[in-house]
Amino acid sequence: MQLSVWTYEGPPHVGAMRVATAMEGMHYLLHAPQGDTYADLLFTMIERRGKRPPVTYTTFEARDLGKDTAQLFQDAARDAAERFQPQAMMVGASCTAELIQDDPAGLSEAMDLPCPVIPLELPSYQRKENWGAAESFYQIVRVLADRNIERAPREGRRPLVNILGPTALGFRHRDDLVEIRKILDELGVDVHLVAPLGASPQDITHIGAADFNIVLYPEIGDEAARWLEREFKQPAIRTVPIGVSATRTFIEEVAELAEVDPTSALGDNSSRMPWWSRSVDSNYLTGKRVFIFGDATHAVAAARIAHEELGFEVCGLGCYNREFARDVRAAAREYGVEPLITDDHMEVEDAIIAAQPEMVLGTQMERHIAKRLGMPCAVISAPVHVQDFPARHSPQMGFEGANVIFDTWVHPLVMGLEEHLLTMFRDDFEFSDENGPSHHAAHAPKMSQARAPTIDADVPEEPVVPADSGSIWTAEAERELKKIPFFVRGKARRNTETFASDHGRAEIDLDTLYDAKAHYAR
Amino acid sequence: MNALPPSSGCASELALKERPSERAPVLRERGQREVFCGLTGIIWLHRKMQDAFFLVVGSRTCAHLLQSAAGVMIFAEPRFATAIMEERDLAGMVDAQEELDRVVGKLLQRRPDINTLFLVGSCPSEVIKLDLAKAAERLGAKHAGDVRILNYSGSGIETTFTQGEDACLASLVPEMPAGDSDGAKELLIVGSLPDIVEDQFLRLFKQLGIERVGMLPARNACDLPAVGPQTRYLLAQPFLSDTAMALENRGAQRLDALFPFGAEGTTAWLRAAATEFGIDEMHFNSVVAGPRKRAKRAIEHSREMLGGKRISFLPDSQLEVPLARFLTQELGMEPVEIGTPYLHRTHLARELELLPETARLSEGQHVDKQLDRVREDRPDLTVCGLGLANPLEAEGFATKWAIELVFSPIHGFEQAGDLAELFARPLRRRDVLRV
Ligand code: SF4
Ligand code: SF4
Repeated sequence: MQLSVWTYEGPPHVGAMRVATAMEGMHYLLHAPQGDTYADLLFTMIERRGKRPPVTYTTFEARDLGKDTAQLFQDAARDAAERFQPQAMMVGASCTAELIQDDPAGLSEAMDLPCPVIPLELPSYQRKENWGAAESFYQIVRVLADRNIERAPREGRRPLVNILGPTALGFRHRDDLVEIRKILDELGVDVHLVAPLGASPQDITHIGAADFNIVLYPEIGDEAARWLEREFKQPAIRTVPIGVSATRTFIEEVAELAEVDPTSALGDNSSRMPWWSRSVDSNYLTGKRVFIFGDATHAVAAARIAHEELGFEVCGLGCYNREFARDVRAAAREYGVEPLITDDHMEVEDAIIAAQPEMVLGTQMERHIAKRLGMPCAVISAPVHVQDFPARHSPQMGFEGANVIFDTWVHPLVMGLEEHLLTMFRDDFEFSDENGPSHHAAHAPKMSQARAPTIDADVPEEPVVPADSGSIWTAEAERELKKIPFFVRGKARRNTETFASDHGRAEIDLDTLYDAKAHYAR
Repeated sequence: MNALPPSSGCASELALKERPSERAPVLRERGQREVFCGLTGIIWLHRKMQDAFFLVVGSRTCAHLLQSAAGVMIFAEPRFATAIMEERDLAGMVDAQEELDRVVGKLLQRRPDINTLFLVGSCPSEVIKLDLAKAAERLGAKHAGDVRILNYSGSGIETTFTQGEDACLASLVPEMPAGDSDGAKELLIVGSLPDIVEDQFLRLFKQLGIERVGMLPARNACDLPAVGPQTRYLLAQPFLSDTAMALENRGAQRLDALFPFGAEGTTAWLRAAATEFGIDEMHFNSVVAGPRKRAKRAIEHSREMLGGKRISFLPDSQLEVPLARFLTQELGMEPVEIGTPYLHRTHLARELELLPETARLSEGQHVDKQLDRVREDRPDLTVCGLGLANPLEAEGFATKWAIELVFSPIHGFEQAGDLAELFARPLRRRDVLRV
């Protein structure tokens, strides 16, 4: 048993739901008790979908156990087939139904339903949401793909590509797709199929007709891509185009497989990020220490952008999905940090406290942790939150995605010029600590925020590190410390205290303070 | 449309209330239910009982339900958690009871502030027949003196949404001390209420002259009120059938009343206690008149918006019947369908009498058929769960999320206006928007 307060990933059948809900003409029959219908609200509330997920739950009860749960399943299957007339039906069990072993696959096979059936075996007590999505998508492709399809010869037609991985409830999938289509359009490559998002079972049957695949979200699309590689000899592009350099590499790889000229796509002049990063105002970004945590793909991409494209220093890197831990380990080695592979958010919190970053790039959970610790933050990865479905276009991929990333990461940091001004005028009452920079109110720890018992309570806590362990500080040193801008003061205090204890100093006076400053100077 | 209810509306229906036989039979359906399970109650119960911790023994799904239903990223110090069962627990590689001991030990060590620990059963724990009563007993003995350990089931195969609170409170009843059975009558209010509402009620009872009033649940789970033959209890919530039964078994007697929603419901509810405790009618009226008038005034504001409008309830919290009565009686709405997961005829008898016979009552659920009926009935407002609200809105229906009715203070005189406003706002918003 694992004690858990919050989880990064839902159970695997929620992954299957993300696939089913993304598609058109698909239905998912889930053998599950009534409470499991909560999952619908993820789609209708977080993603604001205007349609119910195409899922029928059998909602068996205790009194059905041991007598007719199997019958219940078959009745529900027949009803769903009749009512929704899907082109294909996924069938499976949630955690509870897995225990009663009704065998949805066998039951539906025996029924001779009017549409193809995709039986899913998603072990709920071992696996999680992403795995469930990947496995479901793979099974759909395997069952539905027409294996006799003949690829038309390349001469005299534009190259065709499948885009694999976008689902419902995906982190910016909607907007990423727009950017990828733009790139492919510029390259003269036609999109044969996007799947699962927007694809019908009918569309999936033709998946083999494309020349190659783009694995946009490896967590979800890679398993299917590997099968397609074997079955249809479709090569796959696995570079995930998040960040400027990855986007360039992606364009070159696509161009090579498609045998087209990448020049115009590479010359896209909407890419502002490189100049924004080189302009003098960004000087202050140099060496900012960032802690990165998310799903493996987004975490690795964020680390590369942070390191190469913004000149940050990666001081922590991790992911919650073990299946892709290898990529994170490799990247962590590159940046000289210890990889953190865990799905326990408390462990992540401890790691953040230990690393003392100047900024956190993480999931919504790390946003909350950072907020409690008074650190700037930006969200880079699922699990999604209603805020991750903005009304405006807000991709992560492609050149526009890089522009968006520049803005969202830099905004939480105190603006370059603003930082100088604060230092210059730190004694001016208008710049008093309590005010803080205007855009930053949300996590200025001094702001006593309403402790209203709101849902999604960003309940501010007292700072974890006691603000006043003052006893060993001399009054003079304490006064000096107050002159340091508030947004670095906490760090200065901690560094000085660590330095003092490492060097056996019983008291922190002015000298200790400046010795410590020199010691930690970069 | 005319603001007055159609001629067969509430006024004439009320006159017919003596003849319940004219009501169409309750529609009973079996099919997909679209409701939360009883675990969801933990979200408000843990806030109410400030020294209690809720440990769900379940699966990743249960943990995910809790975090999704509350929309919670995380509370600073959440007093609930899930012991997620894994392959090892199921395959018998480890003894589930021993694992539970380990997890509880770890938890109690980290949270010495806990006085009461609820082990909450889930579908998986029930299907594998993990005996939580036994676990609670064993762990209770082990931690005796420090923590009381209780258990109940919030599983979706046993409980629907608010029935989780019922199961939780029922598990507290055996723990209540025995009162003085020959002593004076005592009043017990049953059902968790937001603190602010609880305080309002306590003030009113005090003004009425009823001094001995207990609350179940108490704010601190360790301050349980006494119970015995001297106890007269008032249900503050309509979904507490098991709790009521457990109280009756200990000799307590239920005071039959409307539920305290709106000016009329609250007056009737208070009156039931006043009558039982021999409070003088004049005094009752003088205490109640002020807040009652305030409530009426506060409701008036929404009456214009809601009067004559047709409303359907999809089954959710079991609050549907009393709320439909409030909206009919005090706001002039016309209930089209009142769906409820479970219809407790005895507890709701008075409420049902006040509903127009034209209202279709349904119990249980077949969500697809029910949505078909909504499309056919075309009510002006549909009360439904979060999974259905946006899809119905997209089809052009105005909706009210049922869950807000459970999370917001809606009982009593001072909340009557807010309660009406919860229903009026979606309609007002539609009138305001020009996009
Ligand atoms: S319905 Fe059962 S399995 Fe699902 S969340 Fe509720 S208790 Fe857990
Ligand atoms: S204030 Fe800025 S940095 Fe802080 S949470 Fe909001 S957006 Fe993120």
